[in-house]
Amino acid sequence: MTEFFLMNGHGAYVWSAYGITLVVLILNAWLARAKHRSALQRARELAAQAEVPRKQPTVKRLQ
Amino acid sequence: MKLPRWFHQLGSPPYVYRLADRLCPWLGGLGVTLLIIGAYWGLVIAPPDYQQGDSARIIYIHPQTAYIGMMAYVVMAVAAAIGYVWRLKLAHAVAVSAAPIGAWFTFCALFTGSVWGRPTWGTYWQWGDPRIMFEALLLFLFLGYLALRGAFDDRDKADRVTAILAVVGVVNIPIVHFSVEWWNSIHQGPTIFRAGGPAMTNDMLVPFLIMVAAFTLTFYWLLLRRLQAEIIEREGDTRWIRELVAEGAP
Repeated sequence: MTEFFLMNGHGAYVWSAYGITLVVLILNAWLARAKHRSALQRARELAAQAEVPRKQPTVKRLQ
Repeated sequence: MKLPRWFHQLGSPPYVYRLADRLCPWLGGLGVTLLIIGAYWGLVIAPPDYQQGDSARIIYIHPQTAYIGMMAYVVMAVAAAIGYVWRLKLAHAVAVSAAPIGAWFTFCALFTGSVWGRPTWGTYWQWGDPRIMFEALLLFLFLGYLALRGAFDDRDKADRVTAILAVVGVVNIPIVHFSVEWWNSIHQGPTIFRAGGPAMTNDMLVPFLIMVAAFTLTFYWLLLRRLQAEIIEREGDTRWIRELVAEGAP
């Protein structure tokens, strides 16, 4: 097992390459998700502002 | 000539938003599954290279991330051109969404290349190597595009001005691709698409191609998710967006 992680002396290079790629993938998934959520949140606020007097139940359900 | 219906539908934000909703679970699910399979295959099952040893396992991520960076740029430039010529808001939204993803993958290509270069060429970075230089330029084109966008308050104006930068910068893509043939480079020449077929045996070619597919699917998954956010921001307080949030979208 140790041999596998050492990769005959190339472990540091191989694992840092795969590690950074994994971090970038996770970060990108998180960034895309965060952006989507904040856009939806803002749309919700806009809709709530416009409809508060008329459509109380809609607003309530959204929270 | 009468354009087919799907062509018009692709210009409709609500249609594209819902299409993305349907495609994303497949793209993301399949992309991540293939990433895991490809990484396991490349790190564990595939043999070490007879010359480079285990450092050659970086070949399952380095060319792929570089290719995604270039594809992201082409997607961005084509979308920006369409948006500029036909004043299509949705096309501009695609261009904006591709830029940060492309920048991240290009950074990844530069990093993985750097740590591959150390054991293979004896250096992390080679000033003057054409492919490294033009790949670095690609990263700066993405960053420049994003910085230029940030300089405008008016979104329409930002769309039009940055579209010009995106389209002009696309000349860099064939330069990156052919740099190893046009100039002396410490990079190796083409490995897969070359006369006489791929210079790679199947035990390495299969995980290589799995990772190409995995990164491609993952890229389009990320692109569509960002596009959805961009569509909501651009559509603002319209009726279909109100209906969308009223449905209790997450």
